[in-house]
Amino acid sequence: MSLKQTPIYPMHLKYNGKIIDFGGWELPVQYEGMGIIKEHNMVREKAGLFDVSHMGEVWVTGDKAEDFVQKLVSNDLKTLEDRQVLYCLMCYPTGGVVDDLLVYRYNRNKYLLVVNAANVDKDFTWIQNNLMDGVEAKNVSDEYAQLALQGPKSQEILQKLSDTDLDSIRFFWFNPVVRISGIECIVSRTGYTGEDGFELYIKPQDAAFIWEEILQAGGEDVSPVGLGARDSLRFESKLPLYGQEIDQDITPLEAGLGFFVKLNTDDFIGRSALLKQKEEGLKRKVVEFSMIGKGIPRSHYEVQKDGVTIGHVTTGLHAPTFKRPIGLALINIEFTEPGTQIDIVIRGKTVQAVVDSGIFYRKKTKSK
Amino acid sequence: MNIPKKLLYTSEHEWIRVDGEKGNIGITDYAQHHLGDIVFVELPEVGEEAAMGESIGVIESVKAVATLFSPAGGKVIEVNEELEEAPELLNEDPYGNWIAIIELTDHSDLEKLMSAEAYTEFCKNLE
Repeated sequence: MSLKQTPIYPMHLKYNGKIIDFGGWELPVQYEGMGIIKEHNMVREKAGLFDVSHMGEVWVTGDKAEDFVQKLVSNDLKTLEDRQVLYCLMCYPTGGVVDDLLVYRYNRNKYLLVVNAANVDKDFTWIQNNLMDGVEAKNVSDEYAQLALQGPKSQEILQKLSDTDLDSIRFFWFNPVVRISGIECIVSRTGYTGEDGFELYIKPQDAAFIWEEILQAGGEDVSPVGLGARDSLRFESKLPLYGQEIDQDITPLEAGLGFFVKLNTDDFIGRSALLKQKEEGLKRKVVEFSMIGKGIPRSHYEVQKDGVTIGHVTTGLHAPTFKRPIGLALINIEFTEPGTQIDIVIRGKTVQAVVDSGIFYRKKTKSK
Repeated sequence: MNIPKKLLYTSEHEWIRVDGEKGNIGITDYAQHHLGDIVFVELPEVGEEAAMGESIGVIESVKAVATLFSPAGGKVIEVNEELEEAPELLNEDPYGNWIAIIELTDHSDLEKLMSAEAYTEFCKNLE
């Protein structure tokens, strides 16, 4: 299968992005002259612009749209107002995760679901297989490009290009019709970096123009940011990544995402399994850890206690903000108390680490 | 891409600067550029003996883990401990910051390495 390109691809070439195959998409891991650490720091200190057009979008419409989306997701949709966004998990009957997603409520008969790029086909099949009468689902991933502008200077930069008062869009809310340099976009105050910022949904043919407009408006205060820093930023803020902290075999409760699972809400797929897991108590969960010995923990490295396997690293890396390696690991419940010493197996050797808490980045997103 | 004339190169992007029985070894500009921000160096152990092409250390960037192979057979006699605290030096000056010094056991290994010209051509073909 040939690799897919987003509408921003020519811009990645223009700004000398180092292009990699990311789940079938040709996307930049970093840009020439910048690199992951500099790009990461730009987002923490000023602003960064990401091409996230590979993300999937699905419309769910119809009289029963609210009931249907509620059946699909773990969070409580009834709390959601028009133009509000909700982070949700979509689960299998086992409680394992199909995907994590953002749900945009237009009204109770119309929702936009934003899902992970690598899962679009799987998710859409899942949605269709569970479809109810009175609901229509449409995969419109190819009809939208998506840009994310993230960092403390995001609003100042984007405001230069729009007549809409961006202050009116609060954290995890959206406006479906915002003109950016005259082009109509859906704009939400959301993101995946732990910083304030916006995500813009744009018609593909306008996306490269908006990209350039934002870079020009931001000048020295903004730079393009690739997938490498996207991962380090989300990780430092302890935001989960599908395939690492959550997947079909890891439940949201095990991943520490219980806040987004409302077991007292209407029945959703996976609810009874999750309820049972909660009642019986978790057998394993995701914990934070710090390294004591030298080395960088990485995804899938084995975690041991006294020579016995107790789990694995879900994500680990050298955190650019803290300038030291930190990690998340899914381990047996009896070892999850902070202060517990564990070993990470790095290239066949055990390296000392300790279960920790509160070591991740304190998000600077604007609260509701 | 900076490729100094007086060094010898491997297809794994290490360099060696031979001085009599000893050789300083490091990674090339091409290697540091493609690895990106280097955040960790696992140095070879002093006294360790390695054949040509054998793994003697590890270089890690934010995203990648790369093995350091010995460019020639020899015994590690010194390591650059500065890199443990400041691994980014390999990005800043990959030829000024050697990783280890080895005592060569077999000079004939050197004949199998690339000259600067050959390595330049080799890198060109990778792009």
